[in-house]
Amino acid sequence: MAFSYPVTNNIDGPCDSSKRRKRKKVQKQSSSSTDQVSQNLDSNINNHDEISSWKSENRQEEYRSKLFQALRQTRFGSGTSLHSVPLRSRAVRETADRVLAMAAKGRTRWSRAILLNKLKRKFMKSNLRQKGVIATATSNSRFKMPRMSIVRLKSKNFPAVQRKTRDLGRLVPGCRKQPLPVVLEEVTDYIAALEMQVKAMAALANIFSVASSSVPGFAPGVVNLNQLSNSRRPPRSS
Amino acid sequence: MSSRRSRTRQSTSRISDDQINDLVSRLQQLLPEIRNRRSDKVSASKVLQETCSYIRSLHREVDDLSDRLSELLENTDSTQATIIRSLLSQ
Repeated sequence: MAFSYPVTNNIDGPCDSSKRRKRKKVQKQSSSSTDQVSQNLDSNINNHDEISSWKSENRQEEYRSKLFQALRQTRFGSGTSLHSVPLRSRAVRETADRVLAMAAKGRTRWSRAILLNKLKRKFMKSNLRQKGVIATATSNSRFKMPRMSIVRLKSKNFPAVQRKTRDLGRLVPGCRKQPLPVVLEEVTDYIAALEMQVKAMAALANIFSVASSSVPGFAPGVVNLNQLSNSRRPPRSS
Repeated sequence: MSSRRSRTRQSTSRISDDQINDLVSRLQQLLPEIRNRRSDKVSASKVLQETCSYIRSLHREVDDLSDRLSELLENTDSTQATIIRSLLSQ
């Protein structure tokens, strides 16, 4: 009797924590787009590796639903004002980038740069039409880590590597004049986020194309629901 | 003062060289082509080049998908949108 208590306590300890973890995951899946506070806590606890967190299923579903809502809002907001296709696709692209940057929760430089650029463009359009100076350079220097700016890369000082670093810095938003280690960190996160964005947009495009090709009506709509749920599964398993 | 600064400069660059190697190897793991080739000796400049081209191709994919999505958004009406929304929320 005296020995049984510590044994049961030891067994129950990890089981309870695993049950708690499972319950947290179930809660996360049920309340996808509504409960943001609990999601923030869960993402902080569960996602230790920030790169793999982009591949988590919950994050992808969250991004997909938010992207869909945002896209619908842009469509109804702009309405028939944007007639040309490149302008519309540009609006879609910017919406997708903005939702992606929001999903990053401001932890990375590129996400902050995307959101700041949007704000700056709106601000510039409304007030600062006379000044043609883009203020992005100063804002990025604010986020620069001062200790990295002293670093001289002795072994990687070749002009080819530096040139490629500049190119890479130009490709990733907000990393134009950053030293190599900063750019590399940003790039690893940015690539994972971009892959998620591509998957989500491809899934949405599939859903939309199947929905638009179907005849509106609910009897074929039932069949299309099955088709749509089947088309959703391959992106999930990949 | 200058000697102290040069010493700190050396120490920070030594640390960050390892950091850089670590980051480059991590980046190498993410790139699909280098992963498939499975060669361990890939130079840093090659990794950076592959990264540039990979990011550019991802950007191009996003642009193409946004073109498609903008066309499809124009064609779907509200009833289909509600169906899609209910599907996404499941």
